[in-house]
Amino acid sequence: MKWITRIAMAAVLAAALASGTSAKTLRIGLAEDPDLLDPTLARTFVGRIVFASLCDKLFDISPDLKVVPQLATGYEWSADNKALTLKLRQGVVFQDGEPFNAEAVKFSIERHLTLQGSTRKSEINAIQSIDVLDERTVRLNLAKPFAPLLAALTDRAGMIVSPKAAKEEGKDFALHPVCAGPFKFVERVAQDRIVLEKFDKYWNKDNVHIDRIEYRPIIDNAVRVANLQSGSLDLIERVAPTDLPALRKDPKLQTAEISSLAYQGITINIANGPKAQNPLGQDPRVREAFDLAIDRGAIPQVVFNGEFTPGNQWDPVGNPYYVKEFPVHARNLEKAKALLKEAGHPDLVVNLMVPTTQEDQQGAQVLQAMVKEAGIDMRIQSVEFATSLDRAHRGDFEAWYIGWSGRTDPDGNLYSFVACKAPLNDGNYCNPEVDKALEESRSTNDPAARYQAYKKAAEILIEKDRPIIYLFQRKWIYGMTKALAGFTPYPDGLVRVVGVDLK
Amino acid sequence: MLAFLARRLLIAVPTIFFVSIIIFGLQQLLPGDPALALAGEDRDPNVIAYFHKKYHLDKPFPVRYLYWIDDAAHGDLGQSLRNQMPVGALVLQKLPVTLELGAVAFLIALLIGIPSGILSAVKAGTALDYAANLFALWGLSTPNFWLGIMLILLVSVDLGWLPASGFVPPTENLAENLRTIIMPAFVLGNAVAAVIMRHTRSAMLQVLNSDYVRTARAKGLSERTVVLHHSLRNALIPVITLGALEFGQLLSGAVLTEQVFTIPGFGKLIVDAVFNRDYAVVQGVVLVTATIYILLNICADFAYFLVNPRLRS
Repeated sequence: MKWITRIAMAAVLAAALASGTSAKTLRIGLAEDPDLLDPTLARTFVGRIVFASLCDKLFDISPDLKVVPQLATGYEWSADNKALTLKLRQGVVFQDGEPFNAEAVKFSIERHLTLQGSTRKSEINAIQSIDVLDERTVRLNLAKPFAPLLAALTDRAGMIVSPKAAKEEGKDFALHPVCAGPFKFVERVAQDRIVLEKFDKYWNKDNVHIDRIEYRPIIDNAVRVANLQSGSLDLIERVAPTDLPALRKDPKLQTAEISSLAYQGITINIANGPKAQNPLGQDPRVREAFDLAIDRGAIPQVVFNGEFTPGNQWDPVGNPYYVKEFPVHARNLEKAKALLKEAGHPDLVVNLMVPTTQEDQQGAQVLQAMVKEAGIDMRIQSVEFATSLDRAHRGDFEAWYIGWSGRTDPDGNLYSFVACKAPLNDGNYCNPEVDKALEESRSTNDPAARYQAYKKAAEILIEKDRPIIYLFQRKWIYGMTKALAGFTPYPDGLVRVVGVDLK
Repeated sequence: MLAFLARRLLIAVPTIFFVSIIIFGLQQLLPGDPALALAGEDRDPNVIAYFHKKYHLDKPFPVRYLYWIDDAAHGDLGQSLRNQMPVGALVLQKLPVTLELGAVAFLIALLIGIPSGILSAVKAGTALDYAANLFALWGLSTPNFWLGIMLILLVSVDLGWLPASGFVPPTENLAENLRTIIMPAFVLGNAVAAVIMRHTRSAMLQVLNSDYVRTARAKGLSERTVVLHHSLRNALIPVITLGALEFGQLLSGAVLTEQVFTIPGFGKLIVDAVFNRDYAVVQGVVLVTATIYILLNICADFAYFLVNPRLRS
């Protein structure tokens, strides 16, 4: 009898749920589980995908990397480039009904700058003070000109949170975030799902066609793909290039892709502790030989089915700041061998630290085979990712196979990695000439002048010192159901749900 | 009997304490600075310094242990370093999921293992016995993760019968819950079914050849009564011991299965925590698991009492 009651109850429940599913739910498969859902404290790329629906920013980027209005409708630099005045959008409210205004912008930016553990501080610490000029106008005063600021405001540093909610929730804001984005937070089950639902007072609500979003972290590529194929998900991000042919063949599915700002490279230990004392770390001729021994087309071709593109700089080929004067060079084994001989290391041994992911290991193996032909004995040290971070930080490496997820402004892809004593400069590379060029690029808002500054840096970094040997640029690849319409991929890899519909 | 139970529970306390030291100590051997893993891509030095201070990472090992065990003894397992959720709440959220998965897997294992064990013992030496043994060998030698992926491809992608992964809580929708749990539970229970089958078979063979069974048969009892009533009950004693141990095994096997089927349970919690160097979560989860394991063994001892009258005296 009990059984019958249970079955009947389950049937009723299933029927109730089935009838309730007329609301459009978009199920997105993420490649990782996001960290804290607080724009000030958030640290991961995958978290930014969720923020794209949860928290609007002062500015956004267009698919061709131009700064476009979002919560701010316009901006103006002062003549000395030391003040940025922002005009704010009218009629915007936060998801808790609080008004969005100049005070809220001031509050959020000050929170980014002062909250303990803030990961935004380093992105915008050029801001010295904030003036509220009127309800819709705010001025950011800088200590010195800082061109990358605008790009920072197109990302998490530009996200404005509800001051009331942030004050009330305090430390727990990440557990119940309140912003001014198109979808509001409903619930989060760690490692299982994050659920958002349409915010009916969103300023651009006419372009929101989805009622509910479920983000589901599924780390394993094959399982993420299987979920898409079986209809359990509507869209998945970071599809492996090797899975693309199967998705393209599936009549129920479609794919989208775009060149990313993410690069893969080899960081060389130039001066971080005793491990730097080896020919690769000490002799630029040896690094040049290593560089010349690489066929840059081979890794994307062999490991990534030709989907990724060869690269030799921090920005991808075709980016406005890609320094065209230094294109990807051809492989030159003869010159590589000659340089090694000249440097006195014809039988060079290089230890390359490689994270244990399958694609990193394969990439390193291709590299190993290529440089072998120049007489370089490259040994792969497989190290679990978090451990490799620690070893790199301590200088316990000779060379490190590592990538970067990419930022809109070139400064975000370069400064922290090569400026003297910068936080991501694990090889401890330091060249005052490069620092000078990088400071120049930061101090002007004129794209042509910035390009010239990057050209100066590239001449040293790409052609002489080579503290990082850049290898290839990734692509963001998405798989989705054919029922999905209006999805546009962006170079930053985020999934923007405004404009997307499920038929 | 109460004295026996009390004694076993008392011994459990120092055991758990000892386990806590081992957990904490082993964790320190994990290479990599958790603050670095936490600081995200940008690795801002100020943020790293903040984490060192906040989580006492700048203090020596014994001091950190005392901080932790003091809080743990007061029921506070700390906060996840990655998403700030209290570890206690995470454990309470994830434990029922894994217990359900384990219980269903165990049920599947028993439903397959015991009948096939009995059958292969009673029909020893026949084709049926060989078939059951072959099945057991297959179950034992098939890796969880491989079987999982194969089943996802077959049942979900090709046939479209069940969802490929994920989990729906039974309180939300029981039918969906069973649909999400059945495939991973089968994968998980498969190997255990094989072990139970082999042990039931050998225990049954032993009992079937004993004197009292011969007596029972000589009394003219039906074969059914002899096997199910007289033999099985005695044969089950070693199987119960094994069952308790295997249930523990199931919990550790769940680590892989949950990863493959993206089930937000205990196993997934700990694997992700290890990779993110989320020390608080790793410690909390392992401590709770060890405690459960110890308690399960006490339960097994208790179960002997119920099954075997000789132990009761």
